[in-house]
Amino acid sequence: MSSSYGRPAWLGKPKPVAVALRGLALVLICAVVIFPFLTVVSTSLATNRQINANGGYVLWPDSVSFAAYREVFDGTQVGRSLVISLLVTVVGTAFSLLCTVLAAYGLSRRGSLFQRGLLGYVLITLLFAPGIIPVYLMVKQTHLLNSYWALIIPTAVSAFNIVIVRGFIQNIPRELFDAARIDGAGEWRIFFSVALPLSKAVIAVVGLFIAVGYWNNYFGPLLYLNDTSKWPLQLVMRSFVLQNSVTTTSSTLPGQATVPAQSVQMALVVIATIPILCAYPFLSKHMSKGMLTGAIKG
Amino acid sequence: MAVNQALPRALRSLGGGRRSPKPPDAPATHEPPLRRATSLLTRLRQDSPLLFMTAPAAIVLLLFTYVPLLGSVVAWMDYVPFLGFTHSEWVGWDNFSALFEDSAFWSALSNTFQITFLQLVLFFPVPILLAVLFNAVAMPMAKKFAQSVIYLPHFLSWVIIVALFQQVLGGGGVISRILATHGHKGLDIMSDPSTFKLLLTAQGIWKDAGWGTIIFLAAIAAIDNQLYESATVDGAGAWGRFWHVTLPGMRPIIVLMLILRLGDSLTVGFEQILLQRDAVGPGAAEVLDTYVYFNGVVDGNWGVATAAGLLKGVVSLLLVLAANKLAHRLGEEGIYQR
Repeated sequence: MSSSYGRPAWLGKPKPVAVALRGLALVLICAVVIFPFLTVVSTSLATNRQINANGGYVLWPDSVSFAAYREVFDGTQVGRSLVISLLVTVVGTAFSLLCTVLAAYGLSRRGSLFQRGLLGYVLITLLFAPGIIPVYLMVKQTHLLNSYWALIIPTAVSAFNIVIVRGFIQNIPRELFDAARIDGAGEWRIFFSVALPLSKAVIAVVGLFIAVGYWNNYFGPLLYLNDTSKWPLQLVMRSFVLQNSVTTTSSTLPGQATVPAQSVQMALVVIATIPILCAYPFLSKHMSKGMLTGAIKG
Repeated sequence: MAVNQALPRALRSLGGGRRSPKPPDAPATHEPPLRRATSLLTRLRQDSPLLFMTAPAAIVLLLFTYVPLLGSVVAWMDYVPFLGFTHSEWVGWDNFSALFEDSAFWSALSNTFQITFLQLVLFFPVPILLAVLFNAVAMPMAKKFAQSVIYLPHFLSWVIIVALFQQVLGGGGVISRILATHGHKGLDIMSDPSTFKLLLTAQGIWKDAGWGTIIFLAAIAAIDNQLYESATVDGAGAWGRFWHVTLPGMRPIIVLMLILRLGDSLTVGFEQILLQRDAVGPGAAEVLDTYVYFNGVVDGNWGVATAAGLLKGVVSLLLVLAANKLAHRLGEEGIYQR
């Protein structure tokens, strides 16, 4: 069975027992990951009657009903929070990528003016992270409290991302840059016509990581947004889904007196997961090339 | 400018070029190997676009990393937001002594260390073992599929993960219901303080163990196949090959990851704990980060909270340095070279 996969000559024929055990282990591991998803998706699609009969959860819906999803989108709060989350993610990713890629190119040429000093300036931030409180006070001082920029700007630049993109740009053959220079291109022109098109892959991966970070950010809005009408999806989900177990520091949502039905809660979880699932194939495509681990190894 | 750029650098450098020092192992960069000793002004004119490009990131880092680092002086102040940095009073080490007298701080510290210890013992080996397992699977299709599945939870937010666990392990969850229908009493793991730390570790494993395999798989892939061949010729079985070839090949990466983990000893899943702290009470769930947050942002003890955060940062840095030194002692590479 497995002999067709080009087994190296030194490796003996695997024992069927060992193969079976490995297969079983894989199946179990995958099941542990998939099972919670299955219950959540099923519960969100089930009818209320079936959920009540089962006592709160469904492993396989008898009949598919999208009532829960309709109800989710009827609530203004959820619809608005979805738009907010999407906007923060899009604008944040664009801003963050702009800073990251520009800096990566700006620091990529050894021996350019102040290059060593600036690189050191960026790298030192990997060692020291300021505490929560000083950053909060800084956001307060810059009057960003209760604005969406507070979710975007403080976390926009990570030295780690700059190093990854810079390493990629430095691996582009030097002759390409020289040729552009001989043809009379300035630094900006070289950046847009040579560096940017050639580092599309790494920019895509880093960009997706940044986007996932913004989409999943829960502490940022909790810290900086006092106004419940500005809440992004993660915070709304927290108060809808975990309300019955976690009492929130801020009171319940306006216009939401009761805890929503189980199926509606689960529909919300599914909606919050969908964007991640959409981005995931692109991520894993590049991840499998080992590009990120390659960058880590230097 | 244009003339400067248009002239081939090689031609210009004929007028007494000097070799710029370059380490032999440096990756190829697009810096010309020959450079004329140019004046600062000329270099400024040439390289100003690069400086402009670096500026946005440098400014963000200045505002939200460097200035807050300086802002840590609040630890020695009785900070009142109304008065701001300039008019708040300096109080010397009062905040630190207040911190050390606060029993909640010590409880948070002890919780932090307990959780870190659990993660080191229960979580840290899992990605290594998973990587070895995946490496042994011969069917590329099955391997690829399983990898895609176990990487996925890493990308989900803690809110979603806590919701999933709630759905499966909570009082009204799947497991509890199944037990109830078979005549046992239902269980609610999600709000049980006594098993809370184990729950946190389990959630951590569920979320990140799969993701953690990537780096170890890369390490295994880098092992020379000839080593396996010669080990087999010398009569090593599957176990012998694992023990004498695979593990030693992974050792540098394992040590590196261990150092990174030790350096993060005082950081244990902030969002994760914040979401569940109220369900089990601060006694079991308060860790340093949540202590800082609730003390500062919620209760307004800015000075004391900043002192706690600063202490955490300094100790973390010392831990990284110490772990690295230890690695050098044991003959490993560590994070940086001496």
